[in-house]
Amino acid sequence: MALLQTDNLTAHYGDFQALFGVDIRLEEGETVAIIGANGAGKTTLMRSISGVLTNRADAITFENDRIGSAHAADIVKKGIAMVPEGRKLFPSLSVEENLLIGAHGRKVTGIWTLETVYEMFPVLKERRLNPGTALSGGQQQMVAIGRALMSNPRVLLCDEISLGLAPVIIRDIYAALPKIKASGTSIVVVEQDIGQALKVADRVYCMMEGRITLEGAPSDLSRDAIHNAYFGAAA
Amino acid sequence: MIWVDTIVQGVLLGGLYALFAAGLSLVFGIMRLVNLAHGDFIVMAAYLILVLVTLLGIDPFLAALISAPILFGIGWLLQMHVLNRTLGPDILPPLLVTFGLSIVIQNALLEGFSADSQRLSVGQLETASLALGPVNVGVMPLLTFVSAVMVIIGLNKIFYSTSLGRAFRATSDDAVTASLMGIRPNNIFATATGIAMVVVTIAALYLGTRANFDPTVGPARLIYAFEAVIIGGLGSLWGTLAGGIIIGVAQTLGAAINPEWQILAGHVAFVIVLLLRPRGLFPRAVD
Ligand SMILES: Nc1ncnc2c1ncn2[C@@H]1O[C@H](COP(=O)(O)OP(=O)(O)O)[C@@H](O)[C@H]1O
Ligand SMILES: [Mg+2]
Repeated sequence: MALLQTDNLTAHYGDFQALFGVDIRLEEGETVAIIGANGAGKTTLMRSISGVLTNRADAITFENDRIGSAHAADIVKKGIAMVPEGRKLFPSLSVEENLLIGAHGRKVTGIWTLETVYEMFPVLKERRLNPGTALSGGQQQMVAIGRALMSNPRVLLCDEISLGLAPVIIRDIYAALPKIKASGTSIVVVEQDIGQALKVADRVYCMMEGRITLEGAPSDLSRDAIHNAYFGAAA
Repeated sequence: MIWVDTIVQGVLLGGLYALFAAGLSLVFGIMRLVNLAHGDFIVMAAYLILVLVTLLGIDPFLAALISAPILFGIGWLLQMHVLNRTLGPDILPPLLVTFGLSIVIQNALLEGFSADSQRLSVGQLETASLALGPVNVGVMPLLTFVSAVMVIIGLNKIFYSTSLGRAFRATSDDAVTASLMGIRPNNIFATATGIAMVVVTIAALYLGTRANFDPTVGPARLIYAFEAVIIGGLGSLWGTLAGGIIIGVAQTLGAAINPEWQILAGHVAFVIVLLLRPRGLFPRAVD
């Protein structure tokens, strides 16, 4: 049994169907990348797993627990934390408060604390009293990652953490992933940047128009296969 | 000298208006909900205090202390089971529902207590006064003002230095992302309304001890509260205190010139502030 898996997962926005029977799985200790063009349904998939969009209970299983219909607040308490697309820092909270709220209302134990997050991203400590939204894009992304880690999750969902950032900054942000992995957290990264995704992932899923179109280890996937799965065979 | 006295009385009166307004301000700041029944809840709480005073023969301060957790519970349940369902992108449902509630409360109080006006008696405290420098101030108005300042300090403390306050601010910023942090926005809103109702109880204590009340006086308290919140800037608690003081001072100054101008002067001050500072004196930076 995988640590986390979806079974025939569907999602709708009103009449519009955004996901059509998506099956993915994440093994313990694994880093999985989900790639796909804009509008493919990657964020919808992340929103479904994290409980922002609810489903049938058995559409999502985490540690043998059927969580498809659980409230987002319960899902993070069970151990799945999300770095949402667009970072979504709380403008009324300082950097430090943004981090602290990641473990809101519960005693979490584990290696991730304010100290270890500041150790990984020292610049955040210097700016800890600033409003989160006063930081540069890259620093905001660090806060969003640190905030999710504060819950010491078993699974970290990262939705387009490189979006809109300069290449050097992306390198810094991605340098954190091996440390997070080493702390025992399994990771799902959603990326439009295929090169970045292939570098960090043990396994890759490609999505198109609400469906999984390709799955495999980066070394097993040919450029053509990825191209077809990403843009469609006709492109 | 008479002017100094008038202004001091106005400032103290402003404390009462700030108490009327603080709960409204808190709830508005967190969930953008304007509770049109706010004034009626103050009156309802005053009746609860009156009932406890009459039944148990206790002093209104003690009765208010007993009422506070009851009002917290009422606020919590009301928010959880009624008002949360009205929140959303459309601002009309909460207005309609709380307007309906206002009418229901007024009629229920009329049914239960008749239209006779009532008063909470605090004995000698009512007439006690002390000399503050050159002016004599009543002990009750002073106590009201001090309570208002303490309420504002307390609410600010909760809001800015507790993890509950952090959750209030985060949920107010973005309820969906807050739920990703393990927060249940509905619980947070219910707790906020519960706290607002504790403030309502304190407001009720001073409403009832300083003037007569009957089941229909709620809406007028709502207007003062509303004006204080708007003058201060939506979501700013200190602004709400400032707003209350401005209305209070305007009223006493107006009354000093011509007793018939008291109420009007408060409303005129409100309009003037709005013309000069449409977003209030201390608008929130993020909105
Ligand atoms: N809130 C929404 N309401 C309606 N349609 C949406 C909403 N969010 C996303 N969609 C649609 O769902 C599809 C998948 O979107 P999304 O999951 O954001 O894709 P991706 O993250 O891969 O870019 C797109 O066609 C998008 O237009
Ligand atoms: Mg997306």
